[in-house]
Amino acid sequence: MSSSSLSDTSTGTLVRRRTFLQAAGVVAGATALTLAGCSDDTPTTPVDPYLLSLQEADAGLLNYLYLLEQLEAGFYQQVLDVPPTDLQASDLTYLRDLRDHELIHRETLLFALGSANAAPVPTLTFNFSTLNLTTRAGVLAAAKTFEELGVAAYNGVLHLVADTTTLQLLAKIASVEARHADFINELLTPNTFATTMVVNEGPLFSVAASKTPTQVIAEAAPFFLPYKVSVTALPTT
Amino acid sequence: MNFFEIIKQLAEVDSDVLGRLDSRRAVFSSLGTAAKRGAMAATPALLGAFFQKAYAGTSGTKVGTIAEIFKYALTLEQLEADFYKKMVDSSVFGSQSAAAQAAIRQIKKHEDAHVALLSAVLTGLGSPSTTTTTFKASAFPADWTGQLQVAQLLEDTGVRAYKGRAGDILAAGGAADANVTGVGTVNPLQAALQIHSVEARHAAHIRYMRSQTPWITGSGDLDGQEHYKGTTPESTTTQAGIDLLTVTSGKTYTTAEAAASFDEILTPAEVLDPVRAGALVG
Repeated sequence: MSSSSLSDTSTGTLVRRRTFLQAAGVVAGATALTLAGCSDDTPTTPVDPYLLSLQEADAGLLNYLYLLEQLEAGFYQQVLDVPPTDLQASDLTYLRDLRDHELIHRETLLFALGSANAAPVPTLTFNFSTLNLTTRAGVLAAAKTFEELGVAAYNGVLHLVADTTTLQLLAKIASVEARHADFINELLTPNTFATTMVVNEGPLFSVAASKTPTQVIAEAAPFFLPYKVSVTALPTT
Repeated sequence: MNFFEIIKQLAEVDSDVLGRLDSRRAVFSSLGTAAKRGAMAATPALLGAFFQKAYAGTSGTKVGTIAEIFKYALTLEQLEADFYKKMVDSSVFGSQSAAAQAAIRQIKKHEDAHVALLSAVLTGLGSPSTTTTTFKASAFPADWTGQLQVAQLLEDTGVRAYKGRAGDILAAGGAADANVTGVGTVNPLQAALQIHSVEARHAAHIRYMRSQTPWITGSGDLDGQEHYKGTTPESTTTQAGIDLLTVTSGKTYTTAEAAASFDEILTPAEVLDPVRAGALVG
């Protein structure tokens, strides 16, 4: 295994921490075991067992977006598992749609990682303790956070993808995420389309906001705890 | 529908279109008489097939320069901007809700800004656009309901059009930052995808205003129109080589969920086909 894979030492640790891998993480777990089997090749350096280091190049970008799709799917699942009492039936119908879209994105990216022979990050359990998910307003505010973050994340990395087919696949998801973001804004604050749409500043003000992986991971950091995500290997140009 | 007007429009956004058609010049020769031209112009299916041939196999390979691709985008943005100008100027606009008026004004503002941005980039690249595309007056609905229908079709088509050129921009070297005079540093691929993202929000919002799902499930009142079909229809449920209906993770998905999870591309020829935006160019 090369340095472009998940840090071997950290992956080996992850395998021992079975609670970290959910039942659905069979593929991730199997990959992690494979990686662990290669760990003799690499010099042992002290590695933070809670550090998830994403790969270089397209594999790293795919894993980065796979991680964010996991996060979004995990969030909607959490809401649907314990919905706030003031959430309306129509809200739930839409939140199920959103959950299903994010699950499909997640599984598609996992498959794409497999096709690219790239080790996926494990299936994570997220920490939503910083969110107020007991009221409709709290849930929608959190959903806005996730959707806007997702849109800005896609806008921040798609131009860094080297492979045309991968770019086209990701662009197909990116516009659906933008649809989600608009819809959540509408549910959260009806009739404020003109003022709530997140766009850029300056001469490029009419284009959608973008965020770098470093910015996105910093904002999402509380949800990954106790794990930390390193995006330093991802391409920047 | 004017066949030669469409060729002219295409040539403006893709200067190589005549080159593409060159090997099929025999088609033109054989259609040299006015009668035959008329027959062809009256046959959209034939026309569609003709463009399919002209652009066959170009997806994912280098088709044109950044300037040519941006001129194509500018054409569509000018079409949208003029459409929203017509909406705001329409006699029925003032009687709509404040929220609806604000939404349309906001979308118009974005489209105007997209026109300005793309024009500035083209000028900065030394390839200024000299054409102005307008929305065909006779195709503009007098009533608000009809206007919103056209708005939805335009926006959803716009999303597909930008997506359809992402690979071309990458192939044309557009993933590298360019220092554009008068604009500053622009990454053409990122900028195009950021506009694409805004268009998707417009599309979702117009759909919401029309009491449709913000995403394309296939069951919306307009989802069966040609704007949602094409070589890669919005109903597609296979992505990255996998059948989304069989993606498990302990769940199964409906066709609507699988189709709505991904938006699909349209090629330039498909976008400018008279069954879609081609018929709306003034």
